[in-house]
Amino acid sequence: MSNDATRRSRTHVSCTVNGDQVDFLADDGTSLLDALRDELDLTGAKEGCGTGDCGACTILVDGRINCSCLMFAPEAEGCEIVTVEGIAEGDHLHPLQQTFLEGAALQCGVCTPGFLVSAKALLDENPDPTETEIRYALAGNLCRCTGYDKIVRSVQEAAVQLRGASR
Amino acid sequence: MTVTENRPDYKWVGTRPIRHDGYDKVVGKARFAADRNSPGQLHGAFLRSPHGHARILSVDTSAAEAMSGVKAVVTGADFPDLPIGHPERDTAVNLMARDVAMYVGHVVAAVAASTRAEAEAAAAAIEVEYELLPVVLSLDESIADGAPLANADNRTAFSGSDDPSNLATVTPLERGDVDAAFEAADVVVEREFDTAWVHQGYIEPHACVVDVGADGKAEVWASSQGHFRVRSQAAAVLGWDTARIKVIPAEIGGGFGGKTTIYLEPVAARLSEKSGRPVKIVMTRDEVLRATGPAPASKSRIRIAATNDGELTAIDGWIGYAVGCTGDMAGFVGAMSVASYKFPNLKMEFVGALTNTPRSAAYRAPSAPQAAFAIESVIDEIAQALDTDPIELRLKNAVVEGDLTSMGGPHPRIGFVECLEAIRDSEHYQSPVPDGAARGIGTGFWFNIGEQSSATVNLNEDGTATVITGSPDIGGSRASMALMAAEELGLDVHRITPVVADTESVGFTDVTEGSRATFATGMAVVNACRDLVGELKARAATIRGVEVDAVAWVDGAAVVDGHDPLPLADITAKAKSTGGPLTVTASLNAGGAGPSFAVHCCDVSVDEETGRVEVLRYTTAQDAGTAIHPSYVEGQMQGGTAQGIGWALNEEYVYADDGTMLNASFLDYRVPVASDLPMIETIIVEVPNPAHPYGVRGVGETGIVPPMGTIANAVSRASGVRLTSLPMSPPKVLAALDDR
Ligand code: FES
Ligand code: FES
Repeated sequence: MSNDATRRSRTHVSCTVNGDQVDFLADDGTSLLDALRDELDLTGAKEGCGTGDCGACTILVDGRINCSCLMFAPEAEGCEIVTVEGIAEGDHLHPLQQTFLEGAALQCGVCTPGFLVSAKALLDENPDPTETEIRYALAGNLCRCTGYDKIVRSVQEAAVQLRGASR
Repeated sequence: MTVTENRPDYKWVGTRPIRHDGYDKVVGKARFAADRNSPGQLHGAFLRSPHGHARILSVDTSAAEAMSGVKAVVTGADFPDLPIGHPERDTAVNLMARDVAMYVGHVVAAVAASTRAEAEAAAAAIEVEYELLPVVLSLDESIADGAPLANADNRTAFSGSDDPSNLATVTPLERGDVDAAFEAADVVVEREFDTAWVHQGYIEPHACVVDVGADGKAEVWASSQGHFRVRSQAAAVLGWDTARIKVIPAEIGGGFGGKTTIYLEPVAARLSEKSGRPVKIVMTRDEVLRATGPAPASKSRIRIAATNDGELTAIDGWIGYAVGCTGDMAGFVGAMSVASYKFPNLKMEFVGALTNTPRSAAYRAPSAPQAAFAIESVIDEIAQALDTDPIELRLKNAVVEGDLTSMGGPHPRIGFVECLEAIRDSEHYQSPVPDGAARGIGTGFWFNIGEQSSATVNLNEDGTATVITGSPDIGGSRASMALMAAEELGLDVHRITPVVADTESVGFTDVTEGSRATFATGMAVVNACRDLVGELKARAATIRGVEVDAVAWVDGAAVVDGHDPLPLADITAKAKSTGGPLTVTASLNAGGAGPSFAVHCCDVSVDEETGRVEVLRYTTAQDAGTAIHPSYVEGQMQGGTAQGIGWALNEEYVYADDGTMLNASFLDYRVPVASDLPMIETIIVEVPNPAHPYGVRGVGETGIVPPMGTIANAVSRASGVRLTSLPMSPPKVLAALDDR
């Protein structure tokens, strides 16, 4: 069997992740999801499909939601990345994290990071969404455990709290 | 909303605290199977059969072994052959083909290399010579006279025959005089049905990291519905003592029955053994769909007889399940699931038949949804023929305590009638049906099981507690264990830490199936806590200098007449001087799992132009016995319902004639998304299970049973067409509308 020296070219990537400046090397062809998980040990974002169909890998790139499984790591160069690990404010959970806990919006919890990031992006943009708007905004995130009921209700409750806080 | 029968006044049971593992799961800290890397680890990848059925003539791994980064290659020759009849033979053969590949996607070889890409490239470079064999792709082909064998090693279970057969099981049931009942009937409805293969669709693909040391001991990190089963299956497949294997339970990202068996761990173990390095294997979604447990496709014929006043006098019929490439109990379990109505006369046959498709796996109330779809549809048609209310018809025929199950024994105390009444009296059912929509009713049943569990409860020096069990937390069970312990000990639920321990740190615990975790493992926790309270009273007696009989345990403190109550923390602080640490282990083989019934009600509209069925409103009532944490009981009801709606309307495996799955992605195998569904309203019915200290019935499975019939019944009332084929996808609905 061969040895594994002298392979693979690696690209240097520099960006901010959850507010911190980070630098890492990525193999050609590595997804941003794999880089976050394997290089930076941020395993909050999950791979449910690797093809852009489940939303478990959802992150914010310059404030917009993206499937990190569909981005190459070098595409993050110069970007501001936010993952589920970065949405709490210091020791304070984001209101969505708190309402997800109180509203039992997670069962197995593997979809939760993606939902939290997608829901945050929705509420950042639209502080008072209707139930239908919430359902369509989250339609790119699959949850197989909850039937979505408690997720939608928890987003509604977080929206109420955030509107109250910003008054 | 909860409907309750005589519930005692509990302080903790029935409350809704934040789950103990919740914080880690909302901040991204919880570690699921793929979230761990080991220093020096290699990555595994598979070579899978491109053929639906083929003899493996030769496997040449030499080119692969010479490739960059490759450290180990394994094939079927690296695993012991378990004899026909060995309980894990099918598991072993399914995770690594020996002489024959039995479906497209069956693993033929595996590689460990420094990177996943290298492992995949090397796997693709393995050369295999195949001789093609006939492919059996459907139930009809499998049971046809003279059909080729899908798996020459299969024997029909319980038949006593040693002849190869495509039949996995044949289960006849009979009582009363069916012929006479049909002759005397006022109304007879007969229909044929079919349902497609569907997948559990857990969002977390199977994954593991296995490290086999130079001493031959293996540490396995994996997610599963039961790490003790991972251990026993891996040991059997490898031919090892179980004591060589330690399985650490990762958080599990959904299972629904599909993670009650293994696919990866023994392969990773052999690769690790050969390479001397930890090996990580993570399935792709494509692999999950092509090569892990779908639920069986089915065909059925159901005929039911009724009198004009709505007594269902007889049922006869046949239900067949296409179980995939190995022996399987789907047909037998299906026979157990027909137990909701009295039917004084019954004659049914249930068959499981093998096909050259992936080995099927349990999926939430396995085999019951297919049967309930057929039977609930025919019962609804009888209600239509008699022009009677579908709930009243069911109430008239519903089983109660003492009525026979399909297998002949009497039902224990059950809550079917209570669930029917809860839906009948619900705001939903009492409200007018919206314009352009129609309403359907359906029901479901699951018998649940008990099995073996262990629990250890440790009281800490400061009066807090640790509750250690071996049941993975799939949807809030840590919180349920802590709630029952809180109730028993009189401790605040947040002063209790519930832990899911590895196979070396807690007593044997069976896999989580049959909705048994809160029931059986919960019972072990309660038993341990009760023993602990006995011990606390003894310590308090020592401290107070009284007989133990003089001590009562009230609200977390030892109470002795004439003294101030002695709180738990004061006793634990004196543990050293009163006999040492306070710790108790309990284990049991739980009997008396209470069956759980559910009744569903939905409003749908049918788009006459596109054939799309839209679910407008959905309400489910289910008997939980006692809901320990009602939010997670509701979650089970809602999640099961959503999966059932997917099964009813969208989901199906599509195969090419050679057995290749054509829709192996979440884009093409479309599970319901948030915008497909309405809120799912829940009514928890509580008819306590007398066999559990808090009256718990398993709630995990029943929710998936009623939706297909419920929706078909609503569609029939909305459009005048009776759909008998799942999924009720737009093309099928349109065709049915055109035929009207
Ligand atoms: S993993 Fe990226 S969308 Fe599924
Ligand atoms: S909570 Fe399990 S997939 Fe959403």
